[in-house]
Amino acid sequence: MNPFKPKNQGKILSTVGGVFLILLVVGISVGMSEKNFSTEDYIELSSLKKDSVVSKEAFKKVYSVLMHPRCMNCHPSGDIPLQGDDSHLHGMSPQRGEDGKGVYAMKCANCHQNENTPGIHAPPGNPEWHLPPADMKMIFQGRTANELAKQLIDKSKNGNKSIKDLIAHAEDTLVKAGWHPAEGLSLPPMSHKEFKEAWVTWLKTGAYAPDNSE
Amino acid sequence: MISLNVNEKDLQVDVDPETPLLWVLRDHLDLPGTKYGCGVAQCGACVVHLEGEAVRSCVTKVKRAENKKVVTIEGLAENNDHPVQQAWTEVDVPQCGYCHSGQIMSAAVLLKENPNPTDEDIDLAMAGNICRCGTYSRIRKAIHVAAEINKSST
Ligand code: FES
Ligand code: FES
Repeated sequence: MNPFKPKNQGKILSTVGGVFLILLVVGISVGMSEKNFSTEDYIELSSLKKDSVVSKEAFKKVYSVLMHPRCMNCHPSGDIPLQGDDSHLHGMSPQRGEDGKGVYAMKCANCHQNENTPGIHAPPGNPEWHLPPADMKMIFQGRTANELAKQLIDKSKNGNKSIKDLIAHAEDTLVKAGWHPAEGLSLPPMSHKEFKEAWVTWLKTGAYAPDNSE
Repeated sequence: MISLNVNEKDLQVDVDPETPLLWVLRDHLDLPGTKYGCGVAQCGACVVHLEGEAVRSCVTKVKRAENKKVVTIEGLAENNDHPVQQAWTEVDVPQCGYCHSGQIMSAAVLLKENPNPTDEDIDLAMAGNICRCGTYSRIRKAIHVAAEINKSST
């Protein structure tokens, strides 16, 4: 289902021709409040050009990046990050911790520096290195494209991010760290520029979730 | 010149800012208690405290420690009598001893953040400190003893 489409939009359109625009606005507002969207989102989205075909195609590209080890390894289904191009459980079993930054003597930044440490099997680095926090795990591992698309725009599961926030998130320093892997690790399947284009296209054309069969 | 505070002393070292903190401590400051095991953050032999966190000095460049507080095993307690050190002696934990400055520095951070750890907390905190001699069960016991020493001294 299109997450931005008000549930009653179809009915409104077919029964009230003249005041269509006003009611559409009301309809969209109602639909959005049900989906945790704010007025700000509505204003943003009202200028969007919805296109389910373009949107779903764009999400396929987005999905191929998000499920790549450079992204998914820090969005595990459990509380231990994944490691390497085969996404095995991180050696030494470091834990997520409440804030996503590890626990006790096993905090991410104890090994992960501000930049990659040179050498094979040495820790990659970034000043913000962490997992999502315990109360907002943002799991990618194991999600279908349909599930992940819905999760990404659900404010209760995406860190309360509006569509605008999500678009800006493509430039997040830790997101971009995926394109600076440590030695011996593979790059995501497309450049950051191509990823960002697909991400923004997906969001701006309605953030449609591909069907599970797609 | 890089300014550091090591074991409560302000000092300056004339080194390349990219030098691992481990080598600054051992080779330039004559503090050889911190050990080199793997050099790639995999073993825990080189753990020191940087602003109270148990960082691995083999991958921590000295520039990260600039104007910050570093504590090594030599500075953990004035008379080598930190509760963890007392417990280590009482339980007679080390075998060859090589891993234990790292083990003790990690255990000290655990107890600072969780004064009464369970076995599970200990396992989570110490999972990154490898001991070739397999002293793990004594390490776990000594951390419980250190927690008791802490309690009785407060
Ligand atoms: S020498 Fe630093 S972790 Fe092994
Ligand atoms: S006591 Fe020998 S390595 Fe730990």
